[in-house]
Amino acid sequence: MLQDITLGQFFPGTSFLHRMDPRVKIGLLFLLIVLVFLCNTAPTYGLLGAFTLFLMLRSHVPMRMMLKSLRPLVWIILFTFLIHLCSHPGELIAQLGPFEITKEGLQQGIFISLRLVFLILLSSLLTFTTSPLKLTDAMERILSPGKKIGLPAHELAMMMTIALRFVPTLIEETDKIMKAQAARGSDFASGNILQRLKGFVPVLVPLFLSAFRRADELAMAMEARCYHGGEGRTQMKSLKAGRLDYMACSSMAVLTGLLLYLRFSMQ
Amino acid sequence: MSIRLEDVSYTYMRGTPFEKTALQHVSLSIEEGSFVAIAGHTGSGKSTLVQHLAGLIAPTGGRVLVDDVDLSDTSRAGKAAAKEARRKVGMVFQYPEHQLFEETVEADIAFGPRNLGCSEKEIAERVHAAMELVGLDYDTYHAQPPFQMSGGQKRRAAIAGVLAMKPKYLILDEPTAGLDPAGREKMLKEIRALHKKHGFTIVLVSHSMEDIARFAERMLVLRKGTCVLDDAPSNVFRQTELLEQSGLRPPQVTRFLQMLRRKGLEVPVDAITFEEGLKAILKAVQQ
Ligand SMILES: Nc1ncnc2c1ncn2[C@@H]1O[C@H](COP(=O)(O)OP(=O)(O)OP(=O)(O)O)[C@@H](O)[C@H]1O
Ligand SMILES: [Mg+2]
Repeated sequence: MLQDITLGQFFPGTSFLHRMDPRVKIGLLFLLIVLVFLCNTAPTYGLLGAFTLFLMLRSHVPMRMMLKSLRPLVWIILFTFLIHLCSHPGELIAQLGPFEITKEGLQQGIFISLRLVFLILLSSLLTFTTSPLKLTDAMERILSPGKKIGLPAHELAMMMTIALRFVPTLIEETDKIMKAQAARGSDFASGNILQRLKGFVPVLVPLFLSAFRRADELAMAMEARCYHGGEGRTQMKSLKAGRLDYMACSSMAVLTGLLLYLRFSMQ
Repeated sequence: MSIRLEDVSYTYMRGTPFEKTALQHVSLSIEEGSFVAIAGHTGSGKSTLVQHLAGLIAPTGGRVLVDDVDLSDTSRAGKAAAKEARRKVGMVFQYPEHQLFEETVEADIAFGPRNLGCSEKEIAERVHAAMELVGLDYDTYHAQPPFQMSGGQKRRAAIAGVLAMKPKYLILDEPTAGLDPAGREKMLKEIRALHKKHGFTIVLVSHSMEDIARFAERMLVLRKGTCVLDDAPSNVFRQTELLEQSGLRPPQVTRFLQMLRRKGLEVPVDAITFEEGLKAILKAVQQ
């Protein structure tokens, strides 16, 4: 029933995106997001679109899976598009009742929707090519300067890791409980909203109980192995930026330069 | 009347890189009134197989028929019949006590019949009957919160919840896991009583060859998603080699007899239960 959910959505592979240092990837992703917001003309959008497509192709993640990550947001994108379509004054190209569709509106609608699509695709590229463990590891490192002002970087990262670790377990558990209650005549798929919500009580109660039980057991197991937080802990695989990462940074610098040139010189 | 699997295959997470084929072209039938055990190494597909029997997962290839009704029939007429047929199969999962959720044992057992739309009177009757079947005294336990009961009692309550659906076929996935020896023994005897006295058809997934030898009339051995052996336990346990390849061994008694024989005692090695073994040894020693 729930088996099609792939959370964390990591797609194992060996492409250069997989091999890059996760910290660098996160940093560059932020830069890319800034660049997405700087785009304002067809050439700039074209350039960024081409770059995104390049990354998608080189990541070796099947296109189908990546496009699937757009699906939950399709309505928001469509809505944004329509709003922009009807709300920009300018050269009229069609009239639908009270709505005036203008050339500017159409252009703006396409641009803003593309912006959303790029944002989603780029950030899912990060999660597709970085294992959750590496991701939290990088987070810890990125946040660690904050330790000086009392930010519990290690604890936050550990919480993330544990949460991620238990997502598949809980999905499996939910699946099992749903099946067991379905075998007792529970119906999750029919009735009005209220009935359906009520139908989930027999799933949620055992699920929470088992989550608490697991949390309790895990805490005990960690303490039994003398876990006491981040102080003085070393890592088995410490992160190290290499040639690949420097190359990626340089390419990004070139891309940034090109984009800024396109944006500011063309006006 | 029977549950029939016809060329059933099942793949988890189809279409993702985590694809895992759990069953491959399994064909078998569970006759009404029989007591069938399913054995196999961990990960061999036992749980997947029994979930097909109960219609809880739809095969990715082949079909499942309960009393000649195809469970994955999606035509309008077929759907209702399939739902009806699915009702005939009760499924007790591994650690069923984890699925209790109501505030009292009685309410939890009543959950199934209530979903069926039974009248209050009928629900009360079914709860009484189900608790009696699993050996939980109604007056002592009906108002207890399940979370305060012992592990074995919780499990009984959970099984009663399934029995209250009045299934014809009862599937139990490792019902004795995590119980103490006395609890195991009691649970198994109750399952046998369900079969012998109350006429349930039983499908029992078990890791214990001793238990299978004592209780089952027929056993299936799974290996890597295929059914490699399907026969009476005494015949299956004779296939030492095939068993070993499947990660299983005959019951201790049988292995003990085989050892005696290797050491030179002229004793037949086809005994699979303790009593049979004892008889065989006594006879051999007397001669
Ligand atoms: N929800 C799932 N998603 C993906 N793969 C699964 C899932 N459930 C089971 N599998 C895989 O299918 C195979 C068969 O699993 P199954 O649970 O049927 O084994 P089993 O014989 O019941 O094992 P055990 O004796 O440990 O209970 C295993 O290799 C397992 O990894
Ligand atoms: Mg199992």
